[in-house]
Amino acid sequence: MKFGIIVFPGTWSDKDCKYAVSDNLGQKSKYIWHKESDLSGIDSIIIPGGFSFGDHLRVGALAQVSPIMNSIRDYVKKGFPVIGICNGFQILCEAGILPGALIRNKNLKFKCKWVNLQISNNNTIFSSETDSKKILKIPVSHGEGNFQVDPKTLNKIENSENVVFRYCDSDGKINSESNPNGSINNIAGIMNNKGNVLGMMPHPERACNSNLGSNDGNLIFQSMINHVNK
Amino acid sequence: MNQINKLKEVDKEFLKDIALSLKEYELIVSLLKRTPSKLELGLFGALWSEHCGYKHTKSLIKTLPTKSKNVLIEAGKENAGAVDIGDGYSIVMKIESHNHPSAVEPKEGAATGVGGIVRDIIAMGAYPIALLNSLRFGPIDKKINQYLLSGVVEGISSYGNCLGIPNIGGEIEFEECYTDNPIVNAMCVGILKDSSPVKAVAQQAGDLLLLVGSKTGRDGIHGASGLASQSLDSDSELRTAVQIANPFLEKKLIEACFEACRLEGVVGMQDLGAAGLTSAAIEVAHKSNLGLSLDISKVPVREMGMSAYEIMLSESQERMILIVKKEYNKNLNDLFSKWDLESRVIGTFIADKKVEIYENNNLVSSTPIKHLVEAPSYKIISKKPQWLKKVQNSKLSNPNIKSSNAKNILKKLLSSSNISSKEYVYQQYDHQVQTNTIISPGEADASVIQIKGTYKGLAFSTDCDSKKCYLDPYIGAMIAVAESCRNISCVGATPLAITDGLNLGNPEKDDVQFQLSETIKGLKDACNKFEIPVISGNASLYNESNNYSIYPTPIIGSVGLINNFNNCVSSSFKKENDLIIAIGNDIFGNHPKYLAGSEFQKIIQNQLSGKPLLDFDFEKKLQKITRELITSGLVNSSHDCSNGGLAVAISECCALGNMGAKINIPINSWEIPLFGENKSTIIFSINPKNLKKVTNICKINSIPLEKIGVVMDKKLIINNIIEIDLKEIHESWSSGFNNL
Repeated sequence: MKFGIIVFPGTWSDKDCKYAVSDNLGQKSKYIWHKESDLSGIDSIIIPGGFSFGDHLRVGALAQVSPIMNSIRDYVKKGFPVIGICNGFQILCEAGILPGALIRNKNLKFKCKWVNLQISNNNTIFSSETDSKKILKIPVSHGEGNFQVDPKTLNKIENSENVVFRYCDSDGKINSESNPNGSINNIAGIMNNKGNVLGMMPHPERACNSNLGSNDGNLIFQSMINHVNK
Repeated sequence: MNQINKLKEVDKEFLKDIALSLKEYELIVSLLKRTPSKLELGLFGALWSEHCGYKHTKSLIKTLPTKSKNVLIEAGKENAGAVDIGDGYSIVMKIESHNHPSAVEPKEGAATGVGGIVRDIIAMGAYPIALLNSLRFGPIDKKINQYLLSGVVEGISSYGNCLGIPNIGGEIEFEECYTDNPIVNAMCVGILKDSSPVKAVAQQAGDLLLLVGSKTGRDGIHGASGLASQSLDSDSELRTAVQIANPFLEKKLIEACFEACRLEGVVGMQDLGAAGLTSAAIEVAHKSNLGLSLDISKVPVREMGMSAYEIMLSESQERMILIVKKEYNKNLNDLFSKWDLESRVIGTFIADKKVEIYENNNLVSSTPIKHLVEAPSYKIISKKPQWLKKVQNSKLSNPNIKSSNAKNILKKLLSSSNISSKEYVYQQYDHQVQTNTIISPGEADASVIQIKGTYKGLAFSTDCDSKKCYLDPYIGAMIAVAESCRNISCVGATPLAITDGLNLGNPEKDDVQFQLSETIKGLKDACNKFEIPVISGNASLYNESNNYSIYPTPIIGSVGLINNFNNCVSSSFKKENDLIIAIGNDIFGNHPKYLAGSEFQKIIQNQLSGKPLLDFDFEKKLQKITRELITSGLVNSSHDCSNGGLAVAISECCALGNMGAKINIPINSWEIPLFGENKSTIIFSINPKNLKKVTNICKINSIPLEKIGVVMDKKLIINNIIEIDLKEIHESWSSGFNNL
C-alpha cells in the first residue's frame, strides 16, 4: 500500500513517519507538499508532527487553510484512513474533522517523555492489531497536547467508543500521575464517528524499532496496513 | 559619488559603545591614513571586538592541536570543524556562547543562541542532527536564578523543538559566581553524506552575494561589541542589543539551504551571526582573497529610514548569505519561493581587496579588508595570583563526621542542584525527533544517536567542572577534557574530536589573563595526551559584573564513534545478582586531597580549597579499557564517578535502574572514600560469569579492579554505614528542581 505523508512548512516528523512505514514496515510512501491537491493513488494519509507554520496564530490554525486540506476533507468523506500525529492531531481538530481542541499542557511546559497508553478500543482500523490488554509504550513530545472538549461532545465521544488511547501508568491504571498534559479523561487519541480518522498526541513513528526503546507504534501502522490490504 | 563622511573628532562615548579604546582608534586612523567615518568605525568596532577579533585569545588558541587523521576541516577555517567518520559520512560540530544576551533577556537570548549555532552548521551544507547545551547559573534557591534558568530552558526548548533537531544532552552547574553572569553555551552537530562541507568562499571576482531569510531590522545592533565584549553593568539597559527569535523562519532556512548548496551555481555559504552582515560578508571576501562591493539599498529592511550603519551592524536573526555565480540558476529562486523565503543579490565580489559600501549609488565607505580583519593581538601575562596560591595551599583535613550522618549526607548531595536529576530540563527538550536517539539524555554518561542504514553510533557529551577550574585552571581544563571523553568512553564509543567553549572574565585583568592562559595550556596538553583534535570553538570573555568574575569555565563538547550501537551500555543497574565492580586508581583512597573542589567540600564543609588532581596517563588507559570491556559485551552497565564520588555514582545507577545494591568495601573511614572526587574510577555491573574475563583484561593492562557488591532488590546498603530505600533515593535525587 501507499502512504501519503503531508508536509507543511515547519513539519518535522515527515521523515520519521517515512522511516516507520517504509524503512521499517516496507510500505510505499510519498511526501505531499501542502500546496498540492492530488491524492490519487494514496491509500492512507499521515499528517505528521512538527510546528506547521511555526504554530503562529494558534497550533494548526494556518495549516488547516492550506490547499491540501480541501483534498483531505474529500478524502475523509470517501472513507480513506487518515492519522494525525501530534501537530497532525491539532490540525485535524482545528479543521473541524475531529472534535475538541488541544491547549497548553497543564504545567505550561513542553514535555518529551515515554508514556504508557491503554487501548480503550481495539476494534478500530488503527488498533485492530493490538491486544486490548496490552499497554503501549510510545513517547509524547508537545507543548500543547491537553485535549479538551465540551461535556456534551465528550459524552458522545465516550459513548460511541471514539476514544482509542488513554494515558495510563505501567499497570494500566488511568490516573492523574500518568497524564502528561492534563487531557480530559486522560484522552491521548480519538477518532471520528465514521472511524476512519484518528488523532493522537503520542508519536507512534518514534516507537517503530526496539533500538529506539519500543516498537509498539508499529501496531498502529500495521493495523492501518491490514485494513487497506483487506 | 563619494560621500564618505570622515569624522572631524572622535566621540569617546561612541567608542565605548563599540568597545574600542582610544589607542585602537588612533591605530585605525594611522592604518587608513585618514579619520574613518562613523560607519567605518562601526565596522572596525565589530570586527575588532573580542567576540569577532579574538584580541586576547588569538595567540593562545593557535597553540591548540587541530589535526588528526580524521579531521577534514580544522578549527577556525570555516563556520565549524569537520571530521570523517567513514563510509562517506562526516560530522561537523561547534559550540557557541550566548551568555550576555541570556543574562539580559533569558528566553530570547538563549533561543537566538541556538539559532546562531544551528546556522553555523547549515552553512557547512550539513543537516543538523543534534543539539546540546551547557548552562551555569547562580544558586537555584534564589528567585532571580530560577527566573533565568526557566527562561533559558524555555528559550532553548521553544527554539530547538520547533526546528526538529533533537536536543540530546548537556550539563548544568549552579555556583554563586554565575548569579549575574549566567553561562549559556549551545552546541550543534550536523552530518554530511557523500559530499564535502560547503565553504564560505567566493571563487572569483564577479561572483554575487545573495542575502536570504529574515528582513534586516534594528535589533541586536552592537551585540558583538557592546554585549559580548564588555562587562555587564547592572544599571545599563541593553535589551535592544538582544535579538528576537523566529524559529519557524530558521526551520525553513535549514531545509532550503540544505537543498540550495547542492544546486549548480551556488559556490559558498555563510551565516549571519555576531556583527551581522559586516562580519559575514567581509570575512567571506577576506577568505576568498577578494574585495567586495555592497549595495545596502538592496538589503530588505523591516522599517524605513535605516541607516547604512544600522544595516551593516544589525544582528537580526535567521539570515544567510549564499555566494552564487553570475548566471546562477533559476532553480534557486524557485526553491526559495517554495519556502516563502525572500532572497536578494546585495553585492559583488571584486578583485581590489577592499570593501566598498554603496547607499543609493553613493559610496559611503571604502576600507582595505586587511585592516578590518586584522584586529590587534594583545599579549597575555600569566602570573599566578597570590590569593590562588593561598586557596590551593590551604590545608585540607579529614572531615571526621559521625557515621550516623552518612545517609543524610548522601541524601543532601543527591538532592543538590549540581547532582540531582536534570529531568526538569531535558524533558522540555524534544530529544527523540529524527528517530535516531538510542541513548537519551539522563540515561548514561553520554547520549547516543544512530546513523540510519548503518550500525554506527555517535556519542555526545559536554562537560566542565567549574569549581576545579577555579582551584586550578590548568588541571581544571585537563579534567574537563578527560571527563567529556570519559563520558563518551563510558557508553563504549571512542572520542574523535572536541569543540571548546571558553567562558572567562575580563581579559584586561591580570587574574583573568592567568586563568585564560592556564586554561588554554591545560586544553592543549590534555588534547595532545589524548591525541584528540579541537575542531572548533568559541571564546566568551568579559563574563563579569559588579566587579566579580565567573570561574574559568572551559566547556568541552565531544563526539565519539562506536561501530555498532547495539554494544552501547547505559548507567542503570539492569539485573539482580549482577556483580558490581569498580576499576580505577586508589578507588577507596582516603586522602583529604580528594576533596578539593568536590561537592562534599562545597555542601558539607562549606569550603572551596585545595588543588584538584588528575593522573592523565592512567585516565587514558582507563578509558581505553572501559571501551574494550563495553564493546566486548562484558558489562551490563557503566557509569563514571564524578560529582559526589563513589556513593553518589552507585545511587544514580540504582535510581536509573530502579534496583538496589549491597556494597561491601574495605574502608576504615567513610567520608573521603565514599564522597571524594579527583579519582579516575568507573563502576560497572556485570554478569558474574564474565568476572574472570574482565579481571584478566584489567590485569594485563595494570588497571586495579575491585569487587564492590551486587545488584539487589529495593535497597542500597553500603557496609554498615548507609542503608537507604530506593524510594528515598528517588525522592532525593529528583528533588533538585522542585521549586520550579
